[in-house]
Amino acid sequence: MAFDIMNNLIEGEPGLSIAISLIVLILVMYISRQPAHEIILSITRSIRNTLRLMARSIMSAEKAVQAKNREVLISQGKENAERFIEREFQRVAVQVNRDLSGYPSLQRDLKDQITRIDDDYVGSSEVPPQPPEWLKAVEAVASIPDNGSPVVAKILNDIHITLKKSLDVDLQEYRRANRERHNLLKKMMPHWRSVSDSLDSVEKKITGIEQRSVILDSQMQEYEEIQNNTDHAQRMLSESNLTQFIISGVVLCLAVVGMYVNFHLVAMPMEEVVGASSYLGSSSIKASDVAAMFIISIEVILGLFLMELVGLTRLFPVINQLEDHKRKTIFWIVLSFILLLAGLEASLAYMRDILVADKLALSQLLSGSSVVPVEVVEPPLYWIPSVGQMLMGFILPLVLTFVAIPLELFIHSIRSVGGQFVVWLLQLVVSMIRFLASAVYGLGRVLVNVYDLVIFVPLKIESVFKPEKAHKKPKKLAPVIIKDQPESQDKQAQTLQEKPKLMKDI
Amino acid sequence: MSLLLLALAACTGQDVIGKLDQQEKRAVYVLVDASDYDNKEFADVQKVLRYLLKTLQPGESLALARIDSGSFSEEDIVARMTFDIRPSLSNAQKRAFLQMLDNFSKQARMSEETDITGGVLQAIEYLNDAGTRSKHILLFSDLKEEEREDHVRDFRVNFSGANVVAMYTDKSKNKETISKAYAKRLVHWQSRVEQGMGNWKQISDLEQLDAIFK
Repeated sequence: MAFDIMNNLIEGEPGLSIAISLIVLILVMYISRQPAHEIILSITRSIRNTLRLMARSIMSAEKAVQAKNREVLISQGKENAERFIEREFQRVAVQVNRDLSGYPSLQRDLKDQITRIDDDYVGSSEVPPQPPEWLKAVEAVASIPDNGSPVVAKILNDIHITLKKSLDVDLQEYRRANRERHNLLKKMMPHWRSVSDSLDSVEKKITGIEQRSVILDSQMQEYEEIQNNTDHAQRMLSESNLTQFIISGVVLCLAVVGMYVNFHLVAMPMEEVVGASSYLGSSSIKASDVAAMFIISIEVILGLFLMELVGLTRLFPVINQLEDHKRKTIFWIVLSFILLLAGLEASLAYMRDILVADKLALSQLLSGSSVVPVEVVEPPLYWIPSVGQMLMGFILPLVLTFVAIPLELFIHSIRSVGGQFVVWLLQLVVSMIRFLASAVYGLGRVLVNVYDLVIFVPLKIESVFKPEKAHKKPKKLAPVIIKDQPESQDKQAQTLQEKPKLMKDI
Repeated sequence: MSLLLLALAACTGQDVIGKLDQQEKRAVYVLVDASDYDNKEFADVQKVLRYLLKTLQPGESLALARIDSGSFSEEDIVARMTFDIRPSLSNAQKRAFLQMLDNFSKQARMSEETDITGGVLQAIEYLNDAGTRSKHILLFSDLKEEEREDHVRDFRVNFSGANVVAMYTDKSKNKETISKAYAKRLVHWQSRVEQGMGNWKQISDLEQLDAIFK
């Protein structure tokens, strides 16, 4: 419409009309240049400020999320560390009870063995044989001079023989005693070995406990760090959580594949139970499929309970708080149900094989022209797939019970990983808003320059006639103060002050 | 997932399983004109019935009857079955049906009288009793009625939404004459079916059955 008015200003002269309209427009723009600049800049400034405020609020939200994440991470880490330490202490207690409970009897054995060794040692000590009492008398007689008397010589000779005999007897006695001592020493050998073995086993047990204590020490150190809420602990827990998230995610994906296989094993035979032509509500979902999924879901749920009862997971505090004997009873009940369902699945899997064969035979019969079925020779080992299906039907439900472990890990890790993702997303949004704010501010400046470009003719004329005024009195625009952005504020003020120079240049 | 589905169904307050049983199931009644099909020419009918046995699911119904007398009666029904919802039993029923079909094909004899309307009425009654939403009457006939003089067959038949499919293979030597007469009868039956709130379809190829049953 505006264009029409411009076009028809002078009737029959559209070119002239447009030219006049443009000149008028430029003049109006020149007159309103200063307020127009201010309007453009103030609009862009306010948009930028709004965007920055938005960015600031999102940043504070991000900080809050980060703080919450940290809190959750630390709390989870603390809980895990406590659980780990508790388990380590339990293991140490078991080891101490098992290994060191026999320590008093071991000590008794050692004492007995040492006493026996001591006795044997005492028994084996060498006692020098005492010379006979009459030897002194013999020595006294032997010292009597014979004075050439044959009688004396004979007596002395007899004494010598008697003495020699006596010495021989003593020597034999000495040798016998020595032999006995050696025998005693020989008997000591097994005792020594036994003592050595006992001491070795004690050493091993002590070493095992020592190793556990080293692990406990490092865990306690980690726990202290978590307790002190250090950055290192947070980084460590965050990395650990991400790893757990990925691993548990992969395992859960595999479990879903397992469930899918399981579903296909039981879905078809379930038609025999609930009917092949029943559907769920008004949908096209088969009732047999739902029944099959229901059985698998029940198995997974029972698996969750079983793992909880065993103490491998802690998803249900109520189960954890149960007394031991009650837990044991429920454990056996749940295990029986799982085995029952596994048996049911195995039989359904076998039935599936029969049904498939029957369906195939009927299909062949209907495809042919004769009613008489063609006899098919069964290949050798044809039973292997049937048995395989049965085994899969039995094993898969049992394997699915272990899904609880990665599921717990996944649930625990997704909280912090999800939180981390939200933080990352908020940071991205903040960056984008900041970029947008800068772009809007830049757009304002560009618009001002474009405005001046449109009215460059009157501006040029003005600069010819009033060059000093424009140079001497640059218009100072009040900068917008943004408290949290002092640097940008300065820059902004500086830019605004520089604006007249730019205009002058034009 | 299954628990969720069950919960959803429970929330809507509907009968969870089996609500659509009767609605989505199909019932097929095959009428064979004994005046046109003897045991030698019965192969086409057999092919269609084998196809139907292959296609129909547990819980669906199939019946075979011949039109060979002046007045259609229960004796003309060769076989009728509603297949059990259990696939294994359903397969056994299909085998039995096939056996009956085989016996019938061996004993089929040409007939002089043809009470097509009587057969159609019987078929409609059977299909209505089956209680299915999808009802089909397959008509293997030249559509030429040869009824007794005391029979009145020119009245309006209520087809109650049944699909009537005319399946005829022209076997006449004088093709020109027969085809013209057959075309006339087709138009007559089409108007009769459509007036009786039924759907009319004419097919000459077995493959066209796929469009109806799949």
